[in-house]
Amino acid sequence: MALNTGTIAGNWAAWQAAEIVAARVETAQVKTLTLRPQTWRSFRAGQHLDVRLTAPDGYQAQRSYSIASAPEQEGTLDLTIELMADGEVSPYFHEVAQAGDRIEVRGPIGGPFTWTAGQGGPLLLVAGGSGIVPLMAMLRHRANAAPSAQATLLYSSRGWDEVIYREELERRAGDEPQLRVLHTLTRSQPAGWQGFSRRVDDAMLGETLVTLAGVPLCYVCGPSPFVEAVAEGLVAQGVPPERVRTERFGPSGA
Amino acid sequence: MSTRGFFGRKRPEGEAGRTPPGQYLTKDFPVLSAGPTPHVPLDRWSFTLEHGGKLLGKWSWEEFLALPRTKVTVDIHCVTKWSKLDTVWEGVSFDKLLAAAKIEAPGTHVMAWCDGGYTTNVPVADLAGGKGMVAFRYGDAPLDPVHGGPARLLVPHLYFWKSAKWVRGLRFLDQDEPGFWEMNGYHMYADPWREQRYTGDP
Repeated sequence: MALNTGTIAGNWAAWQAAEIVAARVETAQVKTLTLRPQTWRSFRAGQHLDVRLTAPDGYQAQRSYSIASAPEQEGTLDLTIELMADGEVSPYFHEVAQAGDRIEVRGPIGGPFTWTAGQGGPLLLVAGGSGIVPLMAMLRHRANAAPSAQATLLYSSRGWDEVIYREELERRAGDEPQLRVLHTLTRSQPAGWQGFSRRVDDAMLGETLVTLAGVPLCYVCGPSPFVEAVAEGLVAQGVPPERVRTERFGPSGA
Repeated sequence: MSTRGFFGRKRPEGEAGRTPPGQYLTKDFPVLSAGPTPHVPLDRWSFTLEHGGKLLGKWSWEEFLALPRTKVTVDIHCVTKWSKLDTVWEGVSFDKLLAAAKIEAPGTHVMAWCDGGYTTNVPVADLAGGKGMVAFRYGDAPLDPVHGGPARLLVPHLYFWKSAKWVRGLRFLDQDEPGFWEMNGYHMYADPWREQRYTGDP
């Protein structure tokens, strides 16, 4: 179970300045910020960045955010940030930050919850809400570096308007022959909805697993109860536990 | 470098000095783990102490529950930035485990190993003297599997990944060696007050 990082070397843990070069609205609650750090380091899809903000009185707040962009997007990094009710840091990114502002970052960080093209497929990605972010980095990296690796994304959202990266996912599902994208919408569905419309359950995982040839490497990311249910469900469907990697967004991600 | 337009949240009085740098307080108990929650039946659970391949102590679940218990109220600090104050744990202290096995600590460090394949390294000095325990109750209830039940290591003065979930034993080491997260870029010692999150941190 020893997963050595390899790419983590040098002073990756040192704080450095990063300029916000673009901001993009994804959904009503979710924004993507493109950062240009002073020193760009390559990373593995699934890794995260630590972000530090400093108040005028010297108080500092830190958070970890998954990197959404692919490592092939050299020079910049995309962070996709959900606005948390009563949050301390996410409201800054949603309401204050704009192109030209500078923050501090360090990283990339994180070992087991990563995928590189060399690991190949089949790949099963299961996302709940903003848990899509590190999985999107994997899908983008896959398209760039391993388009022949078979992959299926099962993505649970409350409603169609809350699907992050919706247009890109639709485009990729149409353009990339080895990629399947399955949505489930748990609260509301548009008229004529053909996808799933319930919480992820074992039957849905079974229907998802049959889209892939062989036992996939699985990455599950979302709120803790979602991750717990999906990871247990995958094991119940016969996936060996060591093929299931998890990352959870706690209820107080803020 | 101050960040334009960022002022931070008001910090509650009385909690000053209890939140390490870069941490924020939460009332929830967030869950972090690298894979599915393991479920080992209690009749197949055991806890062992080992050194150099030699078994120094072994307890079944029932035997473990019969060991002298310690209850502590402590603050915990996760490297993912949340801290939680005044958490209440009950279990068997490292000191009582050694006493029950009738041994002195035979090495300088331990590697805690767990169901699910997780490991983490801790100096003996950070477990002895009442600093560490194997906890099986949280609040006033058995420890929930998602939080590491049936039993987890508890070393609250270090970042919480050192408090390994689903712990099954301690292997004594004659020198420090990295465990799971430590091989993945995380700090060997992990003092939250010195902000030792990652390998490169002082």
